[in-house]
Amino acid sequence: MTAPLLSIQGLTKAYPGVVANDDVSFEIGKGQIHALLGENGAGKSTLVKMIYGLVTPDSGRMEIAGQPHAPATPLQARDAGVAMVFQHFSLFDALDVAENIALGMTDPPPMRDLAARIREVSDAYGLPLDPDRIVGDLSAGERQRVEIVRCLLQDPRLLIMDEPTSVLTPQEVEILFATLRKLAAEGTAILYISHKLEEIRSLCDAATILRLGKVVGRCDPRETSARELAEQMVGSTLSSPARPAHTPGDTLLTVENLSLPPAHAFGTPLRDIQITLARGEVLGIGGVAGNGQDELLAALSGERLSPRGTVTLDGSDLSRAGPEARRKAGLLSAPEERLGHAAAPDMSLTENALLTGHGRKGLTGRGFIDWRGAAGFARDIIAAFDVRTPGEGTAARALSGGNLQKFVIGREVLQGPTVLVVNQPTWGVDAAAAAAIRQALLDLAEAGAGVIVISQDLDELMEISDRFAALNEGRLSAPVPAATLDVKRIGLMLGGAHDMEAAE
Amino acid sequence: MDLSAISPTLLVASLMVAATPILLAALGELVVEKSGVLNLGVEGMMITGAICGFAVAVETGNPVVGFFAAALGGALLSMIFGVLTQFFLSNQVATGLALTLFGLGLSSLLGQGYVGIKPPSTPRLDLGPLSDLPFVGRVVFGHDWVVYLSLILCVAIWYFLRRTRAGLKLRAVGESHDAAHAMGLKVRAIRLAAIAFGGAMAGLGGAYLSLVRVPQWTEGMTAGAGWIALAIVVFASWRAGRVLVGAYLFGGVTVLQLNLQAAGVALPVEYLSMSPYLITIAVLVVMSARGTRRSLGAPADLGKQFHAVH
Repeated sequence: MTAPLLSIQGLTKAYPGVVANDDVSFEIGKGQIHALLGENGAGKSTLVKMIYGLVTPDSGRMEIAGQPHAPATPLQARDAGVAMVFQHFSLFDALDVAENIALGMTDPPPMRDLAARIREVSDAYGLPLDPDRIVGDLSAGERQRVEIVRCLLQDPRLLIMDEPTSVLTPQEVEILFATLRKLAAEGTAILYISHKLEEIRSLCDAATILRLGKVVGRCDPRETSARELAEQMVGSTLSSPARPAHTPGDTLLTVENLSLPPAHAFGTPLRDIQITLARGEVLGIGGVAGNGQDELLAALSGERLSPRGTVTLDGSDLSRAGPEARRKAGLLSAPEERLGHAAAPDMSLTENALLTGHGRKGLTGRGFIDWRGAAGFARDIIAAFDVRTPGEGTAARALSGGNLQKFVIGREVLQGPTVLVVNQPTWGVDAAAAAAIRQALLDLAEAGAGVIVISQDLDELMEISDRFAALNEGRLSAPVPAATLDVKRIGLMLGGAHDMEAAE
Repeated sequence: MDLSAISPTLLVASLMVAATPILLAALGELVVEKSGVLNLGVEGMMITGAICGFAVAVETGNPVVGFFAAALGGALLSMIFGVLTQFFLSNQVATGLALTLFGLGLSSLLGQGYVGIKPPSTPRLDLGPLSDLPFVGRVVFGHDWVVYLSLILCVAIWYFLRRTRAGLKLRAVGESHDAAHAMGLKVRAIRLAAIAFGGAMAGLGGAYLSLVRVPQWTEGMTAGAGWIALAIVVFASWRAGRVLVGAYLFGGVTVLQLNLQAAGVALPVEYLSMSPYLITIAVLVVMSARGTRRSLGAPADLGKQFHAVH
């Protein structure tokens, strides 16, 4: 490694009340895959936004290949050879692939030539892509390909990838890694942000660890264990969730022949779903985003009603019951989208606690609200789930993603559900909070409830599920005991190879 | 009642004239909504354009100058909306409604000296022998220049939105302003430009009413045309070609009910007068029942507030 491609010295950015980056320095060499590690709120996003020209640093210097780099806009950063694949895809659903790519280019060729170049580049890197398809119809993995191809067309010197694997199947991750290694071999530097430590250990040559905006460590991830990395990130030792052995009890929830048409143009239909859930059991449902997770949650929570006889709890048919009636019967749920679905952003935590908890917690009477009781319930959740907030009067929007997630999961857990359905319970939540949420779900199952965890985090599902099933294009595979699974087999299940039982 | 008194040639020719103000305003609003902004002030911008165009045409004696003034007046008025919603982040629905009320008031103030005056006429284009062809001559080649301009603009806007890079940027801003911003597109500037264009088009539409279709100035003369233009954008699923269909359909029903009234159909006049509006509502209900916002083609960030975080 000769002179570094990107060199960052003493970069500092403060927002009112918080220093997002405090005197951060590191270097990335040409062709190096450099990991940026840290919990949520450690300042990773702010750092890359400064490199990409979305945020201007308060002080500090950046250099690219010896030239000062101080982009005021993403356009200038792109001209300097910096390309970025965003964590939340920055794509336009209603436009087609070629249009999306043209928008991200400084000087795009005519549409016809562009389509040809997209095919060329995507084939060269093993990322097949049809330029004419509407992005809204693509799977998460394909959408990411759009972003990557968009970056590659600019011939970047530095490629920033923000949590790129969170929505991919293990096989898609392998393809992505092969692409990244190929790029690195061609001399492109890659700044790779992730909290999946095993991935970083297998992919990256160097790592910088951030905590609370400061660099707390540098290491070679290939020679450091995942546990050491995690403990450096968190700054304390971690405990894995305890999962005592148990035998499943009698059946609580059955879903039979549940089929639903898609709710909107880019939605997924549910096809003939079968689920049985026993007392004390955790059923993990994996799948790549957009394969029916939201739809399944909506059908179980009561947001969408299904034909009579399809959803039964404890022997009573809830198929035609709305969310309120299902909550009363003991079937509770926590959807994926925290702001706007699980919680009303501009309402206080007390009001949000009241919104789902009023029935089971007896917080309303004769049409009046028991505000004192509601505030007490909110305080209970805050205390029991270590939600970091000034108080129960704070607006939901003001909480960080992880804290709000703890709150919305805690709100359901503390209502004593018979069956709890959660979608992506630890998405975007830091390691310590994720461990706490998983432990709470396990404790709930231990106490005799049934828990369905829909998640795209396979490690999470392996860790807490008794049985595992995969969603693929709205079909649910037959569940298999989680203990018998390995990553390869899960990958095949996610890809839709449901009949592999017979093949083996 | 004598239906044979209704001449198909005149019916088609006059429906084009009746539809042109709505077509112009609806095309403008289409561009505005494609950029993700919902401007409910079309009615106010139209009537402001109507009086600006009328006054300037009367003063200068030149209707073409009048139309330019109308576009300018509409665009200026729309900038009140633009600045309020894009910089002060005011609510788009409330601001749009306020703009309509303000435009109605402002126009009657400006128009006080112009009631009962006849404006300089905007002649039909003389296309020589083409205009003498039977039926086609009157229907296709027998109009004033604004009718042709509206048709050309319809094609131009379709081409702009579908085929040009600037149009792609505009659609991208309307689809997801956050993603567009992350890419370095200037969301506010693009939206302001779209709003100004929408205002100018509404102004032109209004001036066509006061200078050609009626032609004179009366208070509140747009009589809901701006609202119909808004409805037609939804009816058209945000596509320029269908805006033309929608506007001509509405124009057709309007002209037909006038003809039916003249032919002495035994229905109360009130029912006939409300029929274009009823049909618009019915079509909107049918269109909306067919699917969600997405499948209808509505821009995903329509009416949403853009606030750059940094």
